[in-house]
Amino acid sequence: MAAITSDVEVEVRRPRRAVVVGVLIVVWVAAYFVLRGIDTLVLGGQETTAPHRWLTDHRDDIGQGNVFFDAIRVAVDHFVVLLQNLVAQPAYDRPVPVIGWLGVVAISAYCAWAFGNWKVAVLTAAGLGFVGLQGLWQESMDTLALTIGAVLLSLVVAIPLGIWAGLSDRAFKVATLVLDLMQTLPTFVYLAPLTLFFAIGPAAATIATLIYAAPPAVRLTAHAIRSVPPESVEASRSLGSTRGQTLVKVLLPMSRSTVVVGINQTIMAALSMVTVAALIDAPGLGQTVLKALQTLDVGVAFNAGLAIVVLAIVLDRVTTAAGDRPWRTASLRRKVLLGAGGLGVLVAVWFSRTYVWAAEFPSDVTVGSRIAVIATDVTNWVQDVFGGFTYGVRDVVTVALLNPLEALLTGSPWWLVSTVVVALAAVLGGWRGAAPAAVCLVLLVATGVWHDSMVTLASTLLATVVVVVVGLTLGVWAGRNHRVDTWIRPVLDAGQTMPPFVYLVPFLALFGTSRFTAIAAAVVFAVPVTTKIVADGIRAVPVATVEAANSVGSSSWQVISKVQLPVARRAITLAVNQGLIYVLSMVVVGGLVGAGALGYDVAAGFAQSELYGKGLAAGLAIVLLGVMLDRVTQAAARRTQDFPTRGDKR
Amino acid sequence: MKRLRYAGVLTAVALALAGCGGEKVGSQEQPAGGKECGSFNLTVSPWVGYEANAAVVAYVATKDLGCKVVKKNLKEEIAWQGFATGEVDVNLENWGHEDLKKKYIETDKVAVAAGSTGVKGVIGWYVPPWMAEKYPDITDWKNLNKYAGLFKTSESGGKGQLLDGDPSYVTNDEALVKNLNLNYKVVQSGSETALIQAFRDAEKNKKPLLAYFYEPQWFFNEIKLVKVNLPAYKAGCDADPAKVACDYPPYDLDKIVSKKFADSGSPAYDLVKNFQWTNEDQNAVARMIAVDKLTPDQAAEKWVKDNQSKVDTWLGK
Repeated sequence: MAAITSDVEVEVRRPRRAVVVGVLIVVWVAAYFVLRGIDTLVLGGQETTAPHRWLTDHRDDIGQGNVFFDAIRVAVDHFVVLLQNLVAQPAYDRPVPVIGWLGVVAISAYCAWAFGNWKVAVLTAAGLGFVGLQGLWQESMDTLALTIGAVLLSLVVAIPLGIWAGLSDRAFKVATLVLDLMQTLPTFVYLAPLTLFFAIGPAAATIATLIYAAPPAVRLTAHAIRSVPPESVEASRSLGSTRGQTLVKVLLPMSRSTVVVGINQTIMAALSMVTVAALIDAPGLGQTVLKALQTLDVGVAFNAGLAIVVLAIVLDRVTTAAGDRPWRTASLRRKVLLGAGGLGVLVAVWFSRTYVWAAEFPSDVTVGSRIAVIATDVTNWVQDVFGGFTYGVRDVVTVALLNPLEALLTGSPWWLVSTVVVALAAVLGGWRGAAPAAVCLVLLVATGVWHDSMVTLASTLLATVVVVVVGLTLGVWAGRNHRVDTWIRPVLDAGQTMPPFVYLVPFLALFGTSRFTAIAAAVVFAVPVTTKIVADGIRAVPVATVEAANSVGSSSWQVISKVQLPVARRAITLAVNQGLIYVLSMVVVGGLVGAGALGYDVAAGFAQSELYGKGLAAGLAIVLLGVMLDRVTQAAARRTQDFPTRGDKR
Repeated sequence: MKRLRYAGVLTAVALALAGCGGEKVGSQEQPAGGKECGSFNLTVSPWVGYEANAAVVAYVATKDLGCKVVKKNLKEEIAWQGFATGEVDVNLENWGHEDLKKKYIETDKVAVAAGSTGVKGVIGWYVPPWMAEKYPDITDWKNLNKYAGLFKTSESGGKGQLLDGDPSYVTNDEALVKNLNLNYKVVQSGSETALIQAFRDAEKNKKPLLAYFYEPQWFFNEIKLVKVNLPAYKAGCDADPAKVACDYPPYDLDKIVSKKFADSGSPAYDLVKNFQWTNEDQNAVARMIAVDKLTPDQAAEKWVKDNQSKVDTWLGK
């Protein structure tokens, strides 16, 4: 009964909203033809507004020679250099680091085994061995040292903050706002100011990585603490525990596995910052990628990118296994084995400190150059075969979709665009959508980069549509078919961690320098996360529901469209939302391949001191676009979810 | 499980046996670190020509003076900030940047100019060689409007496309297009990588392309781009950025060092000050790095071997 009433409800409600949206858009297009060219707030490439210039003029007032920031810098610097000396750089008058490759592999594998299981230990050893064989041992260890440093420092800050946000509602609200900002702010935007505070080098790079990587740990810690059943807390209280005891004895142990997921996400985020942080002299694989780009050496860039992917997969699997492992349940036999293994590790470390072959990774067998050659050949082949065709695709999409959309957004007066967007947000998401949209639009005008924001918005919307279509298709396929999922997952992992800089060159060859190239790059980056979330959602649909549909003779298509997609709606909303955020976070990279607009403004602000203020404003505009789209889609999703529930109650 | 333990013991024994035959860490003679020179921080800007400068200076400073050279890979303008904080001591190739010179040398007094590198910088608009051959008159700016239709792309909105490069480049292109009444639109490629890829594609597939570029550049060893002549540069014709209607000035690339380094009395400062070579020298080293895939150190070693007399003058021998 419930299902039938809700169907009726949806049929009555949905067309009405669709009609309103349709009418709004028709009115907008009609108004565009009358009003185009008026109040479009265009700002030329080298032009700036008064607030931009004010920001530029005041950049030096903070930072330079500040004792507080200097102290932080020196402390972080020492910490990272210590880690580097340990595994990556020649240290203490020795031509090799404190621990050579054999020692590092032994320690890592042992830790993987002790915290996880023997499978991930083998994976760890194999992964590190592969990276060494690529001829990138030292670079990888520099990257690893920086990543570990940033992650440890992140956790020192993030876990207490997460606990606080988990216990206090007010702290939770503030934290959510700040974390949203931290995650959508393009990394380029705060790289330049950071160098003012913390100079250039490993310290600034570590802090930049920390800012980018900490939010997931805070969020998931807070989420974990909030998910602990209230009964457990009450039980603990009624037994006379103090707040501190409840936290240590009940809340933390019960939320441990979720916290580990947060740590895992933090590690992934830190690794994906590696190439960007190389712009302010972060050591490691990022340098190799950037250097290779200067000479358009796709092969070498790919080789280094692959090493990052391998490190990411190893760290991901180890932390996942560590999260699954029950706590304090080691049997006596395991303890004995762990002890014996520990001795073995000590022997390996001693070897790596004593003998050259165990200290420096043997360089006679390198597969790195072979990988580089193959990657270059494949890229050239793809370029030669598809080159002409891809240019055609680009031109068709640009002329038929992108240009009209961009003309509508940039050609209409700013007040018309704002009115329509707020009205759309109100229809789709009620006041919860309209109010944030209105605030964001006002602030967007204030940033002085309205026109560039609209250009970026057009590309972002188009890219998001593609991401959702591709992500839904792949996600449904992977969610319904376990074998597909196993094959697709490593590819998705690679898509998320392979630095975008690596596939820029092939994309430039395929599509030329254009807005379309940027859209393509954003799609590659955003599809994995959308696919993963959709697949999880589809898999979570109860088997009984699907079988019931099958038993009445529904076709696969009917099962997907009538059962699986509607039931997984919450996951799909989240997938669309995350896809959008990921597309936005690629805007700056898009600016490096011809997308212009906000991405270019941000990059220019980073590179030219007189455009510093404008770059900051453009970065802020990206955040505002992100917050606006995020709030509107979330509000819209909440409303679509409301209808069936209301129907059920009736 | 027992088997696992035996395997562990066996591995340890095998490692011990294998290891004992190996060479011990530190048994090789380490070169004595030059105490009098100490160490200095050298910024490496992101183009191969600069890397060639850095490779050679670092090689000579290390080998002949026993200095320790710390290379910092930084964007050009970011590196200037380093003079104040002590993160950067030497910039070996500065392209103009009068505003930064004023700020860091005159106002803040944290940097000093250390003379020319001898390399001549050229900025301008270039076309791929096949175009210059097919349309010989294209190298005169007066004919650019005639060919505007050729340069149309999906990004140029019906006009001809003039492709610009990295946002850190010195450019007057938007003003030039406007003031010379050219039917072109400046499209930002956003990076040098994109620019080079565009030229490579244009020459290989005979596509039309007009773009900002500059010399010296390793890429000229691969494709000899042809410069389009804009109205000749006269001193002061670019004084007002909004009214520029002339070509870019010839650049005399120079060296900037931190005040601290200049006052330190280090022999490395004299080396940096005396360092001077030509576009051909720089291109030769850049080519070894970019095309022949030598490491910067190998490339520098090779060049220094062939040009010992030049190096001797830098060292005051």
